Amino acid sequence: MADDLLTIGDTTFSSRLIMGTGGAPSLDVLERSLVASGTELTTVAMRRLDPTVQGSVLSVLEKLGIRVLPNTAGCFTAGEAVLTARLAREALGTDWVKLEVVADERTLLPDPIELLDAAETLVDDGFTVLPYTNDDPVLARKLEDVGCAAIMPLGSPIGSGLGIRNPHNFQLIVEHARVPVVLDAGAGTASDAALAMELGCAAVMLASAVTRAQEPVLMAEAMRHGVEAGRLAYRAGRIPRRHFAQASSPVAGRAVLDPERPAF
Amino acid sequence: MTISVNGENREVDAGTTLGALVATLTRAPSGVAAALNETVVPRGRWDVTVLGDGDRIEVLSAVQGG
Repeated sequence: MADDLLTIGDTTFSSRLIMGTGGAPSLDVLERSLVASGTELTTVAMRRLDPTVQGSVLSVLEKLGIRVLPNTAGCFTAGEAVLTARLAREALGTDWVKLEVVADERTLLPDPIELLDAAETLVDDGFTVLPYTNDDPVLARKLEDVGCAAIMPLGSPIGSGLGIRNPHNFQLIVEHARVPVVLDAGAGTASDAALAMELGCAAVMLASAVTRAQEPVLMAEAMRHGVEAGRLAYRAGRIPRRHFAQASSPVAGRAVLDPERPAF
Repeated sequence: MTISVNGENREVDAGTTLGALVATLTRAPSGVAAALNETVVPRGRWDVTVLGDGDRIEVLSAVQGG
Protein backbone atom coordinates (compact mmCIF):
# COMPACT_ATOMS: atom_id res chain seq x y z
CA MET A 1 0.00 0.00 0.00
CA ALA A 2 1.35 3.36 -1.01
CA ASP A 3 1.06 4.97 2.43
CA ASP A 4 2.53 2.02 4.33
CA LEU A 5 5.85 1.14 2.78
CA LEU A 6 8.19 -1.68 3.73
CA THR A 7 11.79 -0.55 4.15
CA ILE A 8 14.65 -3.05 4.04
CA GLY A 9 18.11 -1.55 4.12
CA ASP A 10 17.99 1.50 1.86
CA THR A 11 15.10 0.27 -0.29
CA THR A 12 11.35 0.68 0.06
CA PHE A 13 8.64 -1.61 -1.26
CA SER A 14 4.89 -1.13 -1.47
CA SER A 15 4.30 -4.90 -1.44
CA ARG A 16 4.88 -6.84 1.78
CA LEU A 17 4.91 -10.21 0.04
CA ILE A 18 8.31 -11.62 -0.92
CA MET A 19 7.98 -14.52 -3.31
CA GLY A 20 10.17 -17.47 -4.11
CA THR A 21 10.31 -19.02 -7.53
CA GLY A 22 10.99 -22.65 -6.60
CA GLY A 23 8.48 -25.37 -7.36
CA ALA A 24 6.51 -23.61 -10.10
CA PRO A 25 5.33 -26.05 -12.78
CA SER A 26 6.39 -23.73 -15.61
CA LEU A 27 7.82 -20.28 -16.21
CA ASP A 28 4.42 -19.20 -17.56
CA VAL A 29 2.59 -20.18 -14.37
CA LEU A 30 5.38 -18.59 -12.35
CA GLU A 31 5.06 -15.33 -14.25
CA ARG A 32 1.28 -15.15 -13.80
CA SER A 33 1.63 -16.06 -10.11
CA LEU A 34 4.19 -13.33 -9.53
CA VAL A 35 1.92 -10.78 -11.16
CA ALA A 36 -1.08 -11.95 -9.10
CA SER A 37 0.95 -11.79 -5.89
CA GLY A 38 1.97 -8.17 -6.45
CA THR A 39 5.48 -9.00 -5.20
CA GLU A 40 8.38 -6.62 -5.79
CA LEU A 41 11.15 -8.84 -4.40
CA THR A 42 11.67 -12.46 -5.42
CA THR A 43 14.27 -15.11 -4.68
CA VAL A 44 16.31 -17.27 -7.01
CA ALA A 45 18.88 -19.99 -6.28
CA MET A 46 22.39 -20.33 -7.70
CA ARG A 47 23.18 -23.63 -9.41
CA ARG A 48 25.67 -25.07 -11.88
CA LEU A 49 25.12 -23.63 -15.34
CA ASP A 50 23.08 -26.01 -17.50
CA PRO A 51 23.54 -25.08 -21.18
CA THR A 52 20.52 -27.21 -22.18
CA VAL A 53 17.95 -25.22 -20.17
CA GLN A 54 15.62 -23.05 -22.24
CA GLY A 55 14.21 -19.81 -20.81
CA SER A 56 15.36 -18.20 -17.62
CA VAL A 57 13.77 -17.12 -14.39
CA LEU A 58 15.90 -13.98 -14.57
CA SER A 59 14.31 -12.86 -17.82
CA VAL A 60 10.85 -13.27 -16.22
CA LEU A 61 11.84 -11.11 -13.26
CA GLU A 62 13.45 -8.54 -15.53
CA LYS A 63 10.33 -8.37 -17.71
CA LEU A 64 8.12 -7.84 -14.65
CA GLY A 65 10.47 -5.31 -13.05
CA ILE A 66 10.84 -7.42 -9.91
CA ARG A 67 14.00 -7.08 -7.84
CA VAL A 68 15.99 -10.32 -7.64
CA LEU A 69 17.07 -11.70 -4.26
CA PRO A 70 19.58 -14.56 -4.59
CA ASN A 71 19.56 -17.18 -1.86
CA THR A 72 22.16 -19.59 -0.57
CA ALA A 73 19.82 -22.58 -0.49
CA GLY A 74 21.61 -25.91 -0.24
CA CYS A 75 24.53 -24.60 1.80
CA PHE A 76 25.45 -26.46 4.98
CA THR A 77 28.44 -24.42 6.14
CA ALA A 78 29.24 -20.74 6.52
CA GLY A 79 32.04 -21.12 3.97
CA GLU A 80 29.75 -22.51 1.28
CA ALA A 81 27.15 -19.82 1.94
CA VAL A 82 29.66 -16.96 1.81
CA LEU A 83 31.13 -18.21 -1.49
CA THR A 84 27.64 -18.71 -2.96
CA ALA A 85 26.63 -15.17 -1.93
CA ARG A 86 29.77 -13.77 -3.55
CA LEU A 87 29.07 -15.72 -6.75
CA ALA A 88 25.49 -14.42 -6.74
CA ARG A 89 26.75 -10.87 -6.32
CA GLU A 90 29.06 -11.34 -9.29
CA ALA A 91 26.39 -13.03 -11.44
CA LEU A 92 23.44 -10.81 -10.63
CA GLY A 93 24.99 -7.50 -9.66
CA THR A 94 23.25 -7.31 -6.29
CA ASP A 95 24.75 -7.25 -2.82
CA TRP A 96 21.48 -8.47 -1.30
CA VAL A 97 21.36 -12.07 -0.18
CA LYS A 98 18.80 -14.27 1.47
CA LEU A 99 21.17 -16.23 3.66
CA GLU A 100 20.32 -19.89 4.22
CA VAL A 101 22.64 -22.27 6.04
CA VAL A 102 20.79 -25.45 6.91
CA ALA A 103 21.76 -28.26 9.25
CA ASP A 104 20.39 -31.30 7.42
CA GLU A 105 18.31 -32.36 4.43
CA ARG A 106 15.48 -33.88 6.43
CA THR A 107 14.39 -30.82 8.39
CA LEU A 108 16.15 -28.04 6.44
CA LEU A 109 16.32 -26.23 9.78
CA PRO A 110 18.93 -23.47 9.98
CA ASP A 111 22.27 -24.25 11.62
CA PRO A 112 22.43 -21.30 14.04
CA ILE A 113 26.19 -21.32 14.55
CA GLU A 114 27.10 -21.47 10.86
CA LEU A 115 24.34 -18.97 10.07
CA LEU A 116 25.58 -16.35 12.51
CA ASP A 117 29.16 -16.85 11.32
CA ALA A 118 28.17 -16.40 7.65
CA ALA A 119 25.96 -13.40 8.45
CA GLU A 120 28.77 -11.57 10.21
CA THR A 121 31.23 -12.27 7.38
CA LEU A 122 28.81 -11.12 4.67
CA VAL A 123 27.79 -7.94 6.53
CA ASP A 124 31.48 -7.09 6.88
CA ASP A 125 31.85 -7.74 3.14
CA GLY A 126 29.18 -5.12 2.37
CA PHE A 127 26.20 -7.39 1.80
CA THR A 128 22.62 -6.59 2.76
CA VAL A 129 21.89 -9.83 4.60
CA LEU A 130 18.41 -11.28 5.09
CA PRO A 131 18.91 -14.46 7.13
CA TYR A 132 16.53 -17.41 7.17
CA THR A 133 16.59 -18.29 10.86
CA ASN A 134 14.98 -20.38 13.54
CA ASP A 135 12.09 -18.77 15.44
CA ASP A 136 14.52 -18.16 18.29
CA PRO A 137 14.33 -14.67 19.83
CA VAL A 138 17.92 -14.89 21.11
CA LEU A 139 19.38 -15.86 17.75
CA ALA A 140 17.25 -13.16 16.09
CA ARG A 141 18.79 -10.58 18.39
CA LYS A 142 22.31 -11.79 17.66
CA LEU A 143 21.69 -11.68 13.91
CA GLU A 144 20.46 -8.13 14.24
CA ASP A 145 23.48 -7.24 16.38
CA VAL A 146 25.91 -8.35 13.65
CA GLY A 147 24.12 -6.07 11.19
CA CYS A 148 21.50 -8.09 9.32
CA ALA A 149 19.00 -5.91 7.44
CA ALA A 150 16.01 -8.10 8.32
CA ILE A 151 15.23 -11.18 10.39
CA MET A 152 13.44 -14.03 8.63
CA PRO A 153 12.25 -16.63 11.13
CA LEU A 154 10.60 -19.83 9.99
CA GLY A 155 6.98 -20.47 10.96
CA SER A 156 7.58 -24.20 10.40
CA PRO A 157 9.90 -26.24 8.17
CA ILE A 158 10.37 -25.23 4.53
CA GLY A 159 7.60 -26.59 2.34
CA SER A 160 5.69 -28.11 5.27
CA GLY A 161 2.69 -25.78 5.08
CA LEU A 162 2.31 -26.12 8.86
CA GLY A 163 1.91 -22.38 9.42
CA ILE A 164 3.32 -20.57 12.46
CA ARG A 165 3.92 -23.21 15.13
CA ASN A 166 5.06 -20.78 17.81
CA PRO A 167 3.26 -17.43 17.53
CA HIS A 168 4.57 -16.42 20.95
CA ASN A 169 8.16 -16.58 19.73
CA PHE A 170 7.22 -14.42 16.76
CA GLN A 171 5.79 -11.83 19.14
CA LEU A 172 8.99 -11.85 21.19
CA ILE A 173 11.11 -11.44 18.06
CA VAL A 174 8.93 -8.62 16.70
CA GLU A 175 8.85 -6.78 20.03
CA HIS A 176 12.62 -6.59 20.21
CA ALA A 177 13.59 -6.15 16.57
CA ARG A 178 14.53 -2.78 15.09
CA VAL A 179 14.77 -4.28 11.61
CA PRO A 180 11.89 -5.84 9.64
CA VAL A 181 10.83 -9.32 10.74
CA VAL A 182 9.69 -11.48 7.84
CA LEU A 183 7.88 -14.81 8.14
CA ASP A 184 9.98 -17.18 6.04
CA ALA A 185 8.87 -20.77 5.46
CA GLY A 186 5.85 -22.65 6.67
CA ALA A 187 2.97 -20.64 5.25
CA GLY A 188 0.42 -23.02 3.78
CA THR A 189 -2.52 -20.79 3.03
CA ALA A 190 -3.68 -17.19 3.19
CA SER A 191 -4.65 -17.25 6.87
CA ASP A 192 -1.04 -18.14 7.78
CA ALA A 193 0.16 -15.02 5.96
CA ALA A 194 -2.51 -12.91 7.66
CA LEU A 195 -1.56 -14.27 11.09
CA ALA A 196 2.10 -13.42 10.51
CA MET A 197 1.18 -9.84 9.71
CA GLU A 198 -1.23 -9.62 12.67
CA LEU A 199 1.66 -10.70 14.91
CA GLY A 200 3.62 -7.70 13.67
CA CYS A 201 5.75 -9.16 10.91
CA ALA A 202 6.76 -6.55 8.35
CA ALA A 203 6.41 -8.97 5.44
CA VAL A 204 5.85 -12.59 4.46
CA MET A 205 8.16 -14.71 2.30
CA LEU A 206 6.76 -17.82 0.67
CA ALA A 207 7.12 -20.04 -2.37
CA SER A 208 5.72 -23.55 -2.06
CA ALA A 209 2.36 -22.39 -0.72
CA VAL A 210 1.79 -20.71 -4.09
CA THR A 211 3.88 -22.66 -6.57
CA ARG A 212 2.66 -26.04 -5.34
CA ALA A 213 -0.99 -25.04 -4.80
CA GLN A 214 -3.51 -26.68 -7.11
CA GLU A 215 -4.11 -23.25 -8.66
CA PRO A 216 -0.92 -21.24 -8.11
CA VAL A 217 -2.21 -18.01 -9.63
CA LEU A 218 -5.32 -18.00 -7.42
CA MET A 219 -3.26 -18.76 -4.32
CA ALA A 220 -0.85 -15.95 -5.19
CA GLU A 221 -3.77 -13.53 -5.22
CA ALA A 222 -5.08 -15.00 -1.96
CA MET A 223 -1.67 -14.50 -0.35
CA ARG A 224 -1.56 -10.89 -1.48
CA HIS A 225 -4.92 -10.26 0.16
CA GLY A 226 -3.92 -12.26 3.25
CA VAL A 227 -0.83 -10.14 3.76
CA GLU A 228 -2.73 -6.89 3.18
CA ALA A 229 -5.60 -7.90 5.48
CA GLY A 230 -3.24 -8.98 8.24
CA ARG A 231 -1.22 -5.79 7.95
CA LEU A 232 -4.35 -3.62 8.15
CA ALA A 233 -5.59 -5.58 11.15
CA TYR A 234 -2.23 -5.15 12.90
CA ARG A 235 -2.28 -1.40 12.31
CA ALA A 236 -5.92 -1.19 13.36
CA GLY A 237 -5.28 -2.93 16.71
CA ARG A 238 -7.42 -5.91 17.54
CA ILE A 239 -9.87 -5.98 20.46
CA PRO A 240 -8.70 -7.76 23.61
CA ARG A 241 -9.72 -11.38 24.02
CA ARG A 242 -12.40 -11.87 26.75
CA HIS A 243 -13.74 -14.89 28.61
CA PHE A 244 -17.39 -13.81 28.38
CA ALA A 245 -19.62 -12.03 25.93
CA GLN A 246 -19.83 -8.27 25.70
CA ALA A 247 -23.03 -7.04 24.05
CA SER A 248 -22.52 -4.82 21.06
CA SER A 249 -26.14 -3.53 21.18
CA PRO A 250 -26.96 -1.04 23.97
CA VAL A 251 -28.31 -2.42 27.25
CA ALA A 252 -30.20 0.78 28.14
CA GLY A 253 -33.55 1.58 26.54
CA ARG A 254 -34.88 -1.92 26.10
CA ALA A 255 -38.71 -2.28 25.96
CA VAL A 256 -40.44 -3.90 28.96
CA LEU A 257 -42.35 -6.89 27.58
CA ASP A 258 -44.43 -9.49 29.43
CA PRO A 259 -42.54 -12.73 28.91
CA GLU A 260 -45.69 -14.79 29.75
CA ARG A 261 -47.69 -13.45 26.79
CA PRO A 262 -45.81 -13.93 23.57
CA ALA A 263 -47.50 -12.46 20.51
CA PHE A 264 -47.23 -15.56 18.36
CA MET B 1 45.86 -31.00 -18.79
CA THR B 2 42.85 -32.06 -16.75
CA ILE B 3 40.54 -29.65 -14.98
CA SER B 4 37.23 -30.12 -13.20
CA VAL B 5 34.30 -28.11 -14.57
CA ASN B 6 31.12 -28.24 -12.48
CA GLY B 7 32.23 -31.56 -11.05
CA GLU B 8 33.20 -33.21 -14.35
CA ASN B 9 36.76 -33.77 -15.50
CA ARG B 10 37.69 -32.21 -18.79
CA GLU B 11 40.84 -32.15 -20.95
CA VAL B 12 41.87 -28.68 -22.10
CA ASP B 13 44.96 -27.23 -23.77
CA ALA B 14 47.61 -25.61 -21.63
CA GLY B 15 47.10 -21.86 -21.60
CA THR B 16 43.29 -22.07 -21.71
CA THR B 17 41.73 -19.08 -19.96
CA LEU B 18 38.68 -19.08 -17.74
CA GLY B 19 36.98 -16.83 -20.30
CA ALA B 20 37.55 -19.35 -23.08
CA LEU B 21 36.24 -22.15 -20.89
CA VAL B 22 33.04 -20.31 -19.95
CA ALA B 23 32.48 -19.50 -23.63
CA THR B 24 32.23 -23.25 -24.30
CA LEU B 25 29.37 -23.47 -21.80
CA THR B 26 27.27 -20.45 -22.75
CA ARG B 27 27.22 -17.78 -25.40
CA ALA B 28 25.52 -15.27 -23.07
CA PRO B 29 27.57 -14.97 -19.88
CA SER B 30 25.30 -12.34 -18.29
CA GLY B 31 23.89 -13.76 -15.05
CA VAL B 32 26.82 -16.18 -14.80
CA ALA B 33 29.56 -16.30 -12.18
CA ALA B 34 32.66 -18.46 -11.89
CA ALA B 35 34.75 -19.70 -9.00
CA LEU B 36 38.27 -21.05 -9.45
CA ASN B 37 39.37 -23.32 -6.60
CA GLU B 38 36.71 -21.85 -4.29
CA THR B 39 37.52 -18.22 -5.07
CA VAL B 40 35.27 -15.94 -7.11
CA VAL B 41 36.90 -14.60 -10.27
CA PRO B 42 35.28 -11.32 -11.40
CA ARG B 43 34.14 -11.39 -15.03
CA GLY B 44 36.62 -8.68 -15.91
CA ARG B 45 39.47 -11.07 -15.08
CA TRP B 46 38.18 -14.18 -16.88
CA ASP B 47 40.25 -13.55 -20.02
CA VAL B 48 43.49 -13.02 -18.11
CA THR B 49 42.99 -15.97 -15.75
CA VAL B 50 44.97 -18.91 -17.16
CA LEU B 51 43.86 -22.30 -15.91
CA GLY B 52 46.25 -24.88 -14.52
CA ASP B 53 46.25 -28.66 -14.25
CA GLY B 54 43.93 -29.88 -11.49
CA ASP B 55 42.00 -26.62 -11.21
CA ARG B 56 38.43 -26.86 -10.00
CA ILE B 57 36.02 -24.49 -11.72
CA GLU B 58 32.41 -23.93 -10.76
CA VAL B 59 30.23 -21.95 -13.18
CA LEU B 60 26.86 -20.94 -11.73
CA SER B 61 23.73 -19.16 -12.87
CA ALA B 62 20.39 -18.28 -11.32
CA VAL B 63 17.60 -20.87 -11.34
CA GLN B 64 14.13 -21.05 -9.80
CA GLY B 65 14.43 -21.44 -6.07
CA GLY B 66 13.55 -20.30 -2.59
